[in-house]
Amino acid sequence: MLNKEDVRYIANLSRIYVAEDELDGFTKNLENIISYVDQLGELNVDNVEPTSHVLHLQNVYRNDVVKPSLPQADVLKMAIETHQGSFKVPRVIE
Amino acid sequence: MNLHALTAHELSDLIRTKKASAQDICSAFRQQIERVEGKVKAFARVSEAQPDGSSPLSIPIAIKDNMCIKGMETTCCSKILKGFRPPYDATVIEKVKMSGGVIIGQANQDEFAFGSSCESSCYGPTYNPWNLKCVPGGSSGGSAASVAADEVVWALGSDTGGSIRQPAAFCGIVGLKPTYGRVSRYGLIAFASSLDQIGPLTKDVHDCALLMNIISGYDERDSTSVNVPVPDYTKSLVKDVKGLRIGIPKEYFIKGLDADVEAAVRAAIDVLKKQGATVVEISLPHTKYAVATYYILATAEASSNLARFDGVRHGLRVSPSTPRKAPIVDMFEETRRQGFGAEAKRRIMLGTYSLSSGYYDAYYLKGQKVRTLIKNDFEKVFKDVDVLLTPTAPTTAFKVGEKVSDPLSMYLSDIYTIPANLAGLPAMSIPCGFGKDGMPIGLQIMAQPFAEETIFRAAYTYEQNTEWHKQKPKI
Repeated sequence: MLNKEDVRYIANLSRIYVAEDELDGFTKNLENIISYVDQLGELNVDNVEPTSHVLHLQNVYRNDVVKPSLPQADVLKMAIETHQGSFKVPRVIE
Repeated sequence: MNLHALTAHELSDLIRTKKASAQDICSAFRQQIERVEGKVKAFARVSEAQPDGSSPLSIPIAIKDNMCIKGMETTCCSKILKGFRPPYDATVIEKVKMSGGVIIGQANQDEFAFGSSCESSCYGPTYNPWNLKCVPGGSSGGSAASVAADEVVWALGSDTGGSIRQPAAFCGIVGLKPTYGRVSRYGLIAFASSLDQIGPLTKDVHDCALLMNIISGYDERDSTSVNVPVPDYTKSLVKDVKGLRIGIPKEYFIKGLDADVEAAVRAAIDVLKKQGATVVEISLPHTKYAVATYYILATAEASSNLARFDGVRHGLRVSPSTPRKAPIVDMFEETRRQGFGAEAKRRIMLGTYSLSSGYYDAYYLKGQKVRTLIKNDFEKVFKDVDVLLTPTAPTTAFKVGEKVSDPLSMYLSDIYTIPANLAGLPAMSIPCGFGKDGMPIGLQIMAQPFAEETIFRAAYTYEQNTEWHKQKPKI
């Protein structure tokens, strides 16, 4: 069972602010979905290897060749706020 | 002659033989957009692009709003990306431009491709050209509706759990999810990286092969694209299925499947049988776990991929009027609260939950293991059959608003399409009839990885023996 405290905790991990009056709705929706996916509990998968990816690719390398990257000005053109050629954000350290 | 009603191969013949100019063709589509777009609302935005006439395929295409187009606003139909103009083209966009394609509009979609009805877009819903009270399917609903309404010749969509095939079925057109790794994902704004694949939505199977020829191929900028030669898919447009071994998975014909849909799909199987294919019933025993597996894995990957939308670089940035936590955290949380819609928040939170400490083994790892079982089911049956035929969706298009408040019932509309994504298989939906409600029905054809040619052969043979793909909605 998922409760409001769990949802508050997940919202914090997700960096999404959820107001008090929205908690009930999200709790109900998420609880519904989680009880549906809980049906996987029926399966014994102790000896099954996980599939993270369908392709049998490992360590895809490219040649270590210097190539032009995107021009800094193009990347910063649509930035919300810039400072000396960088993205500027609100204060991080108090 | 109604130029906008023609297929790409017909239009390219007209251009090649100088019976119509690329400009005339483009104008015909612009007039059609003018006439029907107010009702269908297939586009997030329409461009002023004009054909350069450089090739016989210099014809209008719609691009789902999750593929980066240099200098053009690209938002995944989310408020959080409003105003974002990518500084580069996605690989498929480079390829479409090289082929002469005219990007006439960016198609509406569910926000970040999270949905099966095209209702969660920040621009509002798209409507089904066959019945404007119904959804076009999703998430590539705008791409499918624009093709069905003859607003474009063809379109690109993306498919993570059925987002090309289900709207193609609902709108009565052809849609193909290629093998995972067949088409570069570079520049596709990621939803679930191990499942996403870009593919065509077209008016017939021939056009689908032409568009696959344009977009397929290895790309060193996508480390999951596979370096195997790309065949000329038009060579597989052969009207012959003698000896083709068709498997019918019994787990797909179950309670919840509409009688109309089942009848149409069974009739389609008979068409191919009459043409010389052999049909056997097979079993994919883990099918019933596919939706649950998908909603663990896809949301986990989405929660990670969407972490980058945080108000730092571009798009939306909002800080709360009253401080709650540290200024930077407040900015992240308020930007994401206002920038994401309800379904995006649900999926991010669900994915975060299954990846969080204490739940990882029970959900994420378990999901990955069940994915192995589902993949093994397919590997086993493809030793004995060449293609699998199933319904694309259990019902025809549902009504706008019908499933919005019940996420789980929305998820279950992808029950037949999700397994192909989990196993990385190519799968196509083609029109195979109409329900009693007058809405189109789709037949799904699945094959082994990189066996798109077998799908094309089966689909083309079916299409050449039927007239469904020639039906047009009256808008």
